Amino acid sequence: MTEISIKAEELFRIGSWPVTNSLLLALVSLVVLAVTAFALHRKLALIPGKLQGIFEMFADEMLGLMDSVLGGRAMSEKYFPLIASVFTFILISNWLGLLPVVGSVGIREDHSFIPLFRAPAADLNFTVVLAIVSVFAVQILGVVAVGAGKHFSKYFTLKNPILTFAGLLEFIAEFVKIISFSFRLFGNVFAGEVLLIIIGFLVPYILPLPFLFLEVFVGFVQALIFAMLTLVFVAMAVREHEAH
Amino acid sequence: MDAETAKSLSIAAIMAVGTIAPAISIGWIGSKGADAIGRNPEGASKIQTAMILAIAFAEAIAIYALVVALVLKFVE
Repeated sequence: MTEISIKAEELFRIGSWPVTNSLLLALVSLVVLAVTAFALHRKLALIPGKLQGIFEMFADEMLGLMDSVLGGRAMSEKYFPLIASVFTFILISNWLGLLPVVGSVGIREDHSFIPLFRAPAADLNFTVVLAIVSVFAVQILGVVAVGAGKHFSKYFTLKNPILTFAGLLEFIAEFVKIISFSFRLFGNVFAGEVLLIIIGFLVPYILPLPFLFLEVFVGFVQALIFAMLTLVFVAMAVREHEAH
Repeated sequence: MDAETAKSLSIAAIMAVGTIAPAISIGWIGSKGADAIGRNPEGASKIQTAMILAIAFAEAIAIYALVVALVLKFVE
């Protein structure tokens, strides 16, 4: 049976810096996104073509969703870049990870086989970085929106002992958020990969197809959840929080 | 019982126990969602979005168990 490795395999090193197969596919998805963005930007027209139409629809849906959480179009447009880039990056990298070349094309070294590509979110490093980015972005946006003193008084306050304790708990919860964010995405994508390998191993034809559909859906839902959670935390942080 | 058997058993136990709560909660969310759509069919799309989000959160608990099981299985 094919080997299942829980960590991304190292392909080569630049100096002392290992380049893994997950990193390679993450770079590919970055390039795909950048090329699409530039191509779209160059051909931006008042009457949208097909591609522009798709992206306009996406932006419209996304803004509508953000309106319902943040409560205003101006706010939505302010935080749209963060939420939308988190969403598109995770979505594209998840979907690229489902392509047939991923996992099957690779380098054979004596007795081991190293795939050239691996779904980026099937590497814990990738998801932890995304989680750190989103948790810190929430803190920074909160400070910018309501001021440092007011923002951090949520965590450290001496007004009354119960609030002090609750604030400390909330402070710890910020770090737990990083763990839950990263493990949710990692677990879903990695489990999907293992599922596809095992199903493909048991019944190579036809049967993997519905599971492939399931993985396409899971990739979308996980990207949506990551973005939505970031959005909800941003909304909580930037709101002038009223006295308890 | 040697270490290898204990490991296999614990992997099975993790998945068996760890999926109980998510299974119940996913069923509950689905039933509540179906209730809500039945009562208010115009809101179906909004309810569905919220339902799928909530299901994914409940599913995440099972995924944590799965991650622990996979780590036990594939990491020496």
